[in-house]
Amino acid sequence: MSACDDCLRRGFVLELLAGRIEIARHERSGLRDVLALSDEQLVKAVGGEATRELLGRVAGFHPDRHRARTSAASLSPVCRHDDLFPPRLIDDATVHALYVAGSERLGALTDPATPAVAIVGTRRASPDGMQTARELGRGLAAAGVTVVSGMALGIDAAAHEGALEGGGRTIAVLGCGADVAYPRSKAALHRRIAAQGVVLSEMPAGATVHRWGFPARNRIIAGLAHATVVVEAAQKSGSLITADFALELGRDVLAVPGSVRSWRADGTNSVIRDGGTLVRDARDVLDAVVGPQMAGHVVEAFVSPPDDLEPEVAAMLEAVEGGVRRTDELIAVSGDTYRALSALAELEMMGLVRGLQGGGYERTRL
Amino acid sequence: MLARVTTFAIDGVRSRPITVEVDLHAGLPAFTIVGLGDQAVRESRERVRTAIQNSGFAFPQNRVTVNLAPADLRKRGPGFDMAIAVGILAASGQVPIDLLDRIAVYGELALGGELRGVRGALAVAEGTRESGLDALIVPNECAREAMLIGGIAVHGASDMREMASVLAGEPTSSSLPPLAAARAKAREVPDLGDVRGQVQAVYALTTAAAGGHSLLLSGPPGTGKTMLARRLPAILPPLTTNEAIEVTRIHSIAGLHSGGQLMAVRPFRAPHHTISASGLVGGGSTPAPGEATLAHLGVLFLDELAEFARPALEALRQPLEDGRVAIVRGQRSALYPTLTMLVASTNPCPCGYAGQPRCRCGEADIARYQRRLSGPLLDRIDLQVPVERPTAAELVEPSPHDTDAIRAQVLQARERQCARLGDGACNGRMSTAELRRHVRLDSASDAVLHKSYAEGRLSPRGHARVLRVARTIADLRGDDRVAKSDVFAAIRFRQEIGETAEVAA
Repeated sequence: MSACDDCLRRGFVLELLAGRIEIARHERSGLRDVLALSDEQLVKAVGGEATRELLGRVAGFHPDRHRARTSAASLSPVCRHDDLFPPRLIDDATVHALYVAGSERLGALTDPATPAVAIVGTRRASPDGMQTARELGRGLAAAGVTVVSGMALGIDAAAHEGALEGGGRTIAVLGCGADVAYPRSKAALHRRIAAQGVVLSEMPAGATVHRWGFPARNRIIAGLAHATVVVEAAQKSGSLITADFALELGRDVLAVPGSVRSWRADGTNSVIRDGGTLVRDARDVLDAVVGPQMAGHVVEAFVSPPDDLEPEVAAMLEAVEGGVRRTDELIAVSGDTYRALSALAELEMMGLVRGLQGGGYERTRL
Repeated sequence: MLARVTTFAIDGVRSRPITVEVDLHAGLPAFTIVGLGDQAVRESRERVRTAIQNSGFAFPQNRVTVNLAPADLRKRGPGFDMAIAVGILAASGQVPIDLLDRIAVYGELALGGELRGVRGALAVAEGTRESGLDALIVPNECAREAMLIGGIAVHGASDMREMASVLAGEPTSSSLPPLAAARAKAREVPDLGDVRGQVQAVYALTTAAAGGHSLLLSGPPGTGKTMLARRLPAILPPLTTNEAIEVTRIHSIAGLHSGGQLMAVRPFRAPHHTISASGLVGGGSTPAPGEATLAHLGVLFLDELAEFARPALEALRQPLEDGRVAIVRGQRSALYPTLTMLVASTNPCPCGYAGQPRCRCGEADIARYQRRLSGPLLDRIDLQVPVERPTAAELVEPSPHDTDAIRAQVLQARERQCARLGDGACNGRMSTAELRRHVRLDSASDAVLHKSYAEGRLSPRGHARVLRVARTIADLRGDDRVAKSDVFAAIRFRQEIGETAEVAA
């Protein structure tokens, strides 16, 4: 995997100008137009009084030093002139080089023969929305689909979590350097994705977060995926920007519907009204993206228990599997508070059931 | 002529003996009180002078000097009136002086010579006994309370005349019924018979009561968290006589208890969440006991834990751990007991409905809310209990809980602990050494705990807490060995509220 000097210079320029692009964004609309400019045009467009100095620094760009810094952060650069560059991103001429963690898996996860689906949505997700995103991620990853998202709080993170549970086929696209765990509370998730999937960014190692970085990385998310699923989004949500990018590239946009009275469903319901495909679960997504023959690939199985469960533990497992969620009702099934509680704790520790917010339980799915 | 009378000052939650020295000297009539008294003590002059005159005694036309010794202790309140008056009467020969080295006097005077009750009679009676005196004279309304302490004669008097006849050795007219173990009925406490459903929460409450463990109830608004907490005193073991005296003394000094009966029910204190750190643990320019001390040997209930000011909660940590708190102000310091069971309640998120579709909070909101719960304080809570919304069916069914049976279970478990750890001890306060000696796990249980710890679900402190709770759960079963299922059940109550553990990571 490699990147040519010209493309690497692009990364250097983006980081150099990040603050100026941020300011210029207030005046100019159309991020894609800005990013479509050549390096020199870009410097002239946003450089202002410092243009001369900036041009000097761009001219003094040192590719080998840049490469050294990249590999010091355990990232590998790849540019659009390399065979390993994600083929679907070639369509977007504004993406030049990517800096990748987990590069050994990049080829498999972006293989044009296997479908990739982006799952995006609001940071301020509801527990239901998070659960939906998680199940979508899990089901799609388990069916061999690559799940692409932005590792933000809420829907994004839940989708990645689900994909990790479903086998790890997931790509996180960041608006900062791929080695920077942002948001910080998702540092653990960042580590796990880098270890099992791929984390990538067009910003060089160590680059900090800028507001324009989010819509910019959204265009990469949309570009990497065959289709984009919006799970929960307000009317003016960043996830709808991803959906717009997907439409620009001629990719499908899908959405999970919600109540017309919920602000979290405003965005998704409008996507559906405007012609987006309505999806309820991973099966629907596979139907839409690869056709009905793929839907059979969704694994609807529970994590299987060991054979030697004690009878009362097995009885609790059966009750949870049968759909009893509340602890008090599970206790009623067992008839013995103490036995029921310790059996539930044991099942949870074995990973067979999952504790829910509010104190209930559900069966863990594969 | 010099007279000495013993009385008592309230210092924190105890009494300290004070010698009132009264000297009459020839000279222009004057009345001075020295000995670090506050405004109420200075005003005592007017009350004493008028009361003496209105009771038909003569106020000496001499130079009257009163000293309250020891002079370095700040003396507050009107409780010295009676002792000063007695000193003046004795020094001027109007009452005999010979009984004064065996009798203590404590109370306030009204202008007409009547005696008025004051706070802390129980503490004063205790002090009287500890100072080796035989008898105590108090206003009638305090007599019953003072009589709760055996070993001394308590004389109730209604006015100065009666007081003088006691000192003259005459039999008093006011005879109060004997102690008769007059304890307030425990029945006044709300009991678990009103609780519908909530089997899990009541089990956790039982465990907390059995082992003296701290408890956090978390659940949506209106599910009955406060209701459950208020029913905890009903299943706690009754106070022993010594505990009852200690609790009654503290509450009597704080002016929260009167009526001459020992408190039979463990105190339940539920301060509002706007309380300050010094309100919670004690403080003020003359250190006063806080809510944690008023809840000594009882329950301190913090409703809506996340709404409490952080400094207040942080201040609570050490006193809860140590069972006492030292308040230092200037040269004065006071040591207050705070052996209390902490019970707290909280909503799982700002709107309270986390986990339900109607919840309006984002992941970040919930994380922020839970951060306010102060990790170190949460870590000190033994049992974290989700309180679920009862179903409609559960609400119409009769209550499944039998308070008397639960209390009997709790008592049995406590007896096992006392046999193992010594009188009055409980699992919740086991030291690490005791933990190692008394909680031996078989290899299966040890593996469970080890896994939990290795997966980062338990902090080192949480690890010890699980062992203590597991010990109590085994005690509730009547088993001397801690089994694997005890450890599992204990771990059940140490989960993070909701699933936001990873957000905080």
